[in-house]
Amino acid sequence: MHEYSIVQSLVDRVEAEMRACGASAVSRVELDIGELAGVEVPLLETAFATFQERTALAGAALAIHRVPAAWRCSWCAREIARGGPLRCATCGTPARLESGDEIVLRRIEMEVPDV
Amino acid sequence: MLAGNDAMARHLREHFAEAGVLAVNLMGSPGSGKTALLEATAREAAGLRIAAVSGDLATDHDAARLRRAGITAVSITTGSACHLDADMVHHALHEVPWRAADLFFIENVGNLVCPAVYDVGQAVSVVVLSVTEGEDKPLKYPVMFRKADLVLLSKVDLLPHLQVDVGAIEDALARVMPEPRLLQVSAATGQGIQAWLDWLEARRPHAQEHAHAHAHAQEHVHP
Repeated sequence: MHEYSIVQSLVDRVEAEMRACGASAVSRVELDIGELAGVEVPLLETAFATFQERTALAGAALAIHRVPAAWRCSWCAREIARGGPLRCATCGTPARLESGDEIVLRRIEMEVPDV
Repeated sequence: MLAGNDAMARHLREHFAEAGVLAVNLMGSPGSGKTALLEATAREAAGLRIAAVSGDLATDHDAARLRRAGITAVSITTGSACHLDADMVHHALHEVPWRAADLFFIENVGNLVCPAVYDVGQAVSVVVLSVTEGEDKPLKYPVMFRKADLVLLSKVDLLPHLQVDVGAIEDALARVMPEPRLLQVSAATGQGIQAWLDWLEARRPHAQEHAHAHAHAQEHVHP
């Protein structure tokens, strides 16, 4: 499934950051995964656990912050009720997704040896 | 985290725009009627040149059907991948004369989950939803339907035999698509196919006369 290819991208990204910073180890990685990103979080966690072992991320903790879908009217900025039609009840304008489709690497905690 | 795919998708989008080709990402459940829809489209699209790539885990049956219908098509056999990504489409472009096409269909793997996540350089995303999939289907797959520019309700010739309320489907779509657009079609009878062609025609780019100017990361040649 595509969660595996996302983990592959994550590993590549983190390893690039490690090289850029001269880090010796990664202790923690934080992701934002939106409710409407199309990513299954438990599957992503399993994929990470499977793939991290033979990489520079072995031993790193993965923290996933799930971002709920937040729809707002694109004209008057009123919140749209969850589960309701995606059109503003007041002015009829189609809603805009303010947050909730992210697949973002938010934070990496690395150990950089003292020079 | 999908920056790699997105970069390739942007590259594809530029190519399609320069060549004046309307690229359509065609998605839907297995059996929703994507291939039949394309066959019906080819039958009625007098004078339009149509090319396609057709994704499936196994067999090239869909691409073969498209070719028999007069569409220049190649298959992308994904093995175990449940979706097409930009790299796969880019690769397949070397095998199909897409530049000469007016419409280029990327017939995605039958799946309402994964294809929604991957940009393949399309100008528009179209989801085929058949009348037998349940009125609440859109509610079960909000990620896919949110990304749809158009939903084609397929197999409407079966409606007299079913207890399906199209209004309920439209209500479900309104809860996952901010600007729901639904066209009822039947590949079997041809109903709605002209309206579908009109929708596509309104979105075709004017051919660009620009030179193929942007830089490539690696040396490669497009047919």
